[in-house]
Amino acid sequence: MDTIFGVPTQALFGQLLIGLINGSFYALLSLGLAVIFGLLNIINFTHGAQYMMGAFCAWFLLNKLGVGYWWALAIAPLSVGAFGILIERLMIKHLYQLDHLYGLLLTFGLALIIQGLFRNEFGSAGLPYQVPAELAGGQNLGFMFLPKYRAWVIVASLVVCMATWFVIEKTKLGSYLRAGTENSQLVQAFGINVPRMITLTYGFGVGLAALAGVMAAPIYQVNPLMGGDLIIVVFAVVVIGGMGSILGAILTGFGLGVIEGLTKVFYPEASNTVIFIVMAIVLMIKPAGLFGTQK
Amino acid sequence: MTETPANGKEALRIADLHAWYGESHVLHGMDLSISRGEVVALLGRNGAGRTTTLKSVLGLVGRRTGTIRVNGIETVQMPTHRIAHLGIGYCPEERGIYASLSAEENLLLPPKVQEGGMAVDEIYQMFPNLKDRRKSQGTRLSGGEQQMLAMARILRTGAHLLLLDEITEGLAPVIVQMLGRVVRKLKERGFTVVLVEQNFRFAATVADRHYLIEHGRIVDMIPNAELEAKMDKVREYLGV
Repeated sequence: MDTIFGVPTQALFGQLLIGLINGSFYALLSLGLAVIFGLLNIINFTHGAQYMMGAFCAWFLLNKLGVGYWWALAIAPLSVGAFGILIERLMIKHLYQLDHLYGLLLTFGLALIIQGLFRNEFGSAGLPYQVPAELAGGQNLGFMFLPKYRAWVIVASLVVCMATWFVIEKTKLGSYLRAGTENSQLVQAFGINVPRMITLTYGFGVGLAALAGVMAAPIYQVNPLMGGDLIIVVFAVVVIGGMGSILGAILTGFGLGVIEGLTKVFYPEASNTVIFIVMAIVLMIKPAGLFGTQK
Repeated sequence: MTETPANGKEALRIADLHAWYGESHVLHGMDLSISRGEVVALLGRNGAGRTTTLKSVLGLVGRRTGTIRVNGIETVQMPTHRIAHLGIGYCPEERGIYASLSAEENLLLPPKVQEGGMAVDEIYQMFPNLKDRRKSQGTRLSGGEQQMLAMARILRTGAHLLLLDEITEGLAPVIVQMLGRVVRKLKERGFTVVLVEQNFRFAATVADRHYLIEHGRIVDMIPNAELEAKMDKVREYLGV
């Protein structure tokens, strides 16, 4: 068997693929967090629960209503995003004048409540969700076997991330968002309805989490705790990329997924901690994160 | 909402305006009236309440009571973005140029609030420097260029009441003269301009009238023609 640095290529590419898959979810989730933090200055700890709700929404659509994966990709982000909008209007909007910490506490509390409710209802065993028929099976690339669904997740996540980046960095709407992130009072003085923009931005960020949840359902199963486990790592990714940086969130998401995968090959004992080690190093050298600017 | 103004030519009417930032009470019964097409300067020392007066018009203070009518429409209860759509353009003291936007994106940022704004080409004719620097990051521009940009971007929107806060602050004389020409040109075009100025020599070259502000209220109003005669009084108020 071929080897690279004494590691079988099969194992190397296998872990690289898993790294890219994990990185896809890190990128989607940290992108949503970055967008929300940029404009709202709220550290959205409910993000993991909203990701989990996206997965449950897909499961519910399939098992109770017979609505399949492709429709779920649209319906879950819209409904979970609408739920996010409700939360922003009813609760989060009262905290904008206060310290970051209050928003963090509120969203953390909400995450615990939502997770508790789902665990009470569905247990914590995990519910299976089938890979859609169109993406079943895979391709032998010669050096490794590539399941179609996993290739789809990587490509879809890249496309969604790049589209979000494009809208924010290159369009008029995005210029309102960027300006609002810097000085929202002046943007409002120019005649833009900033409160509405904030609400929709929160809904969009939450929708991204739910979309990630639907894409994750066939890979990780549907489990009330799936978001809670992931969100800690995602926060580390956001800190490394730089709070509020869009490109930073995307690049660090994929990059750290790959680093984590490679660690599993070369030094498996460290694979669970490598991201936090990177975070500690980055915080010491560049406290604002790799792509962040000090506020 | 569609209340007709007592004077159809009145662009801005402020009566018994009180404003607060949190606990601190900054304006104590401000009264002033500005007609369409007028250029009016608000003079006073730092902390007298000049900037707060401009911010109050747009609802950018913590709390305000009293009357603020823009073209006859009462705005004290309105949210900021709706007040802007009555045709107000605001150029803040700190200029508010966005670092994450290019100079041109800064220029194109404010949405149209009314019909009849200036075309981008016309604006570039007025401020040729901005055309050359349009691809640069907004905050890479020099202080003077940033000031021009902050003024230029509210001319595009169709706003007819311009609130300009300390536009000459910290700028070289040649740029101050250039901004003076711009303000006079805007007056010719029928804009109504409210200037907050520290530099009363500049104000004297562009304004029709001057309000003197002290401790959050108007203490005197001087038509520009009488400014020379009342110079001692002005100096006393401004502490220069």
